[in-house]
Amino acid sequence: MATTDASMHDEIQAEASQGTVVNFGFWIYLMSDVIIFSMLFAGFVVLSTSYAGGPTGRELFELPGVFLETLALLFSSLTYGLVMISLRQGNKRRVQGWLLVTFLLGACFIGLELHEFLSLALEGHGPQRSGFLSAFFTLVGTHGTHVTFGLLWILVMVGQVAYKGLTPAVASRLTRLSLFWHFLDIVWIAVFSTVYLGGMYR
Amino acid sequence: MLGRLSLDAIPYDNGIIMFAVALMAIVGVVAVGSTTYLGKWGYLYKEWLTSVDHKKIGIMYIILAFVFLLRGFVDALMMRAQQATAGPGHSGYLPPEHFAELFTGHGTMMILFVAMPLIIGIINIAVPPQIGARDVAFPFMNSISLWLTYAGGLLIMASLAVGQFSTAGWTGYAPFSEYPANPSTGVDYWIWALQISGIGTTLTGINFLVTILRERAPGMTLMRMPIFTWTALITMIMVVLAFPALTVALGMLTLDRLFDFHFFTGGMGGNQMMYINMFWIWGHPEVYIVILPAFGVFSEVTATFCNKRLFGYRTMVYATMVIALLSFTVWVHHFFTMGQGPLRNTVFAISTMVIGIPTGVKIYNWMATMFRGRIEFKQPMLWTLGFILLFTVGGMTGVMLAIPGIDYKVHNSEFLVAHFHNVLIPGTIFGMFAGYTYWFPKAFGFRLDEQWGRRAFWGWTIGFTVAFMPLYVLGAMGMPRRMVSYSNPAWTPWLWVAAFGALIVLYGIACQVVQLLVSIKNRDRLADLTGDPWGGRTLEWAMSSPPAEYNFAVIPTVHGIDAFMEMKEQGTAYQQPAEYSDIHMPKSTPAGLVIGAGAFVFGFGVIWWIWWLAILGGLTMLASVIWRACTDDVEFTIPAAEVKRVEDERFRKLALAGQRGDVIDTGSRGRMPFGGDMTGLHPG
Repeated sequence: MATTDASMHDEIQAEASQGTVVNFGFWIYLMSDVIIFSMLFAGFVVLSTSYAGGPTGRELFELPGVFLETLALLFSSLTYGLVMISLRQGNKRRVQGWLLVTFLLGACFIGLELHEFLSLALEGHGPQRSGFLSAFFTLVGTHGTHVTFGLLWILVMVGQVAYKGLTPAVASRLTRLSLFWHFLDIVWIAVFSTVYLGGMYR
Repeated sequence: MLGRLSLDAIPYDNGIIMFAVALMAIVGVVAVGSTTYLGKWGYLYKEWLTSVDHKKIGIMYIILAFVFLLRGFVDALMMRAQQATAGPGHSGYLPPEHFAELFTGHGTMMILFVAMPLIIGIINIAVPPQIGARDVAFPFMNSISLWLTYAGGLLIMASLAVGQFSTAGWTGYAPFSEYPANPSTGVDYWIWALQISGIGTTLTGINFLVTILRERAPGMTLMRMPIFTWTALITMIMVVLAFPALTVALGMLTLDRLFDFHFFTGGMGGNQMMYINMFWIWGHPEVYIVILPAFGVFSEVTATFCNKRLFGYRTMVYATMVIALLSFTVWVHHFFTMGQGPLRNTVFAISTMVIGIPTGVKIYNWMATMFRGRIEFKQPMLWTLGFILLFTVGGMTGVMLAIPGIDYKVHNSEFLVAHFHNVLIPGTIFGMFAGYTYWFPKAFGFRLDEQWGRRAFWGWTIGFTVAFMPLYVLGAMGMPRRMVSYSNPAWTPWLWVAAFGALIVLYGIACQVVQLLVSIKNRDRLADLTGDPWGGRTLEWAMSSPPAEYNFAVIPTVHGIDAFMEMKEQGTAYQQPAEYSDIHMPKSTPAGLVIGAGAFVFGFGVIWWIWWLAILGGLTMLASVIWRACTDDVEFTIPAAEVKRVEDERFRKLALAGQRGDVIDTGSRGRMPFGGDMTGLHPG
């Protein structure tokens, strides 16, 4: 029967495209995350001069440290690109290796960010000091929280690659982790431009 | 160890609350007791709580909605009683704090835990089969959404017994919702109920957006989708765009309250207007999120019960899109009086009034569908007619409120209360009741009793009118909203009328409860053996009622709008295929339930500053997600032989229905049973 043939064909197609359906869903999730960050950016811009007598961004920010953070994160995107190339080559060890390098670079980023946060807080410039600092810590901290979950995800994937090998399911998950990781990079470019560069000239 | 939780948190001294708690406890004990007595825990766990089947998830959403509808309505009755008796020289029977909790709880519950779960529940039941799909794109995520919504609802329930609920209104404006003004747990309960269920809703949005765009049956192009599916798609796009804004606004408020941040505080650089902007950037689209699916239901119902193709399919789709787009450009009209200046107010006033145009297009489309149609006055159609009449009034007063000059006079008055109830009750609630009566036989295999349904309809329609028209008058007389007592004797008679109207609505709700019981009792007589009790036009009616787990044994191929009607006309609707193939379906999993439980524990811990408990809840969620992320084997196979057995049974039932002549009783126009002659039913 014609309908049966059509539906079987459809089913085969559906199975083949299951990965792309999940990836599409993940894209939509990322778009919802764009809204989260947009709101945080909008909030930051609204409060960007609400110093309440406290320090300004220009007085607080130390660009060399932020530059190092940026380098770490951007290079981690490069190394994640190498994860995907190794995946395509089917080289399990190299996938794991580059995942670990990406993890280390991401961890450096988080370490530097925590260092910045702690030193600000210890000098009395914590998020409680002013609306500006609340918005600063929340925006940058939300990005940092995303990166932290990304690090956790990398570890999970290192484990999955080790135990399951480069199966289609694992490869599909690595693709989405790649989307997530590059997305965080792009958000960081916006953070760097708006918060730090903007703060230096505000 | 227990944060700020102590025995003082239980409001012993408030008799009304203790009575409600006792009632809740009794219902809980009876539910647990009877499940144990009947030995149904295994069934409940295996078939429902861990299910990822969109049909069951939809039903569980609707159960949640009805529980909260009852609670929210009791709050409404109490408020009406208070305002009727709290005139000059009287203080009524409620203390101001309790009254404030009531209007906050009523608004929060009705929007987030009645309207939303009803909509999501009905979308769950109707949309996958309307597009010829076997399930949603992400069945497991669907289960997470459900249990996150339950977790939020449970927090509201818990606030009744432990601590208190927010007194800051459902909008929770800062700085009143900030810690210095409102240090109790009320606002925190409100925040976490919204936050947790809101994240669940965002996931639903992603899920259905992907489902509708990627899981349609072959041949179903976008412009062949049923209108309800269209409205669901556009609603879900709005959900994905709007709900993250709520997440952020609530997150900032949480940081303010818990960690002394200064987003919305008075002083220290906080900006209170930012909260109001951020809230309504979500809040206004939310208004359309709850109305557009109702428009979709009305479209389906009108076409079905007028036995005509919907008039102006394309304009309906475009009108829905335009409403969705405009809904993101009008949020300032919620606070014209807060000093943006005339230019900005004018821009937002115009964008608000413009929404009347696509909405008007829809109203005319429905009327044109009815024109020269053969209208069957069944329950879903009654709700639709009530909607068209009453909603138009609400829409008109909305345009009035959109004029800043008028808004300055009636802002935050009972006029506003009358307006939004006038769009939400005849719009959303009637729409969901129409959907409930329309798709009930699909979900359960039997129809709802007509007689009691009619009584419910008249109770709601008359009750609504009597309860809310006086509020327009009161608003024009200058009565502000949310008054626990007042000194103007001229208001009292109108408030008594409103209270009486609420009692008529109570009659309507009672009829709905009776209707459900009567229908269950008479389920054999009301049985829908064909799967097509109304002469439906869209694919969900091609399935049996209730549908098999896999919905469609063979995925249908679609050739036009109103796919099922076309199949019936061509005589291809009820042909049993020669053979079946294996079907892969998603496996049940407890992970969604565990994540929901974790979210509840997390929320409760944060509300009461019991940090170890919050960490425990958070880790539970994280561990479940990771465990699930490492699971590859998420499907099972229904063998072709089993499919054949189920389908043979279905065709046996169809033959029985043919013998009993069941289908003929759905109309006096001599419509033939399935597969029969359908000509002449398709004018224009």
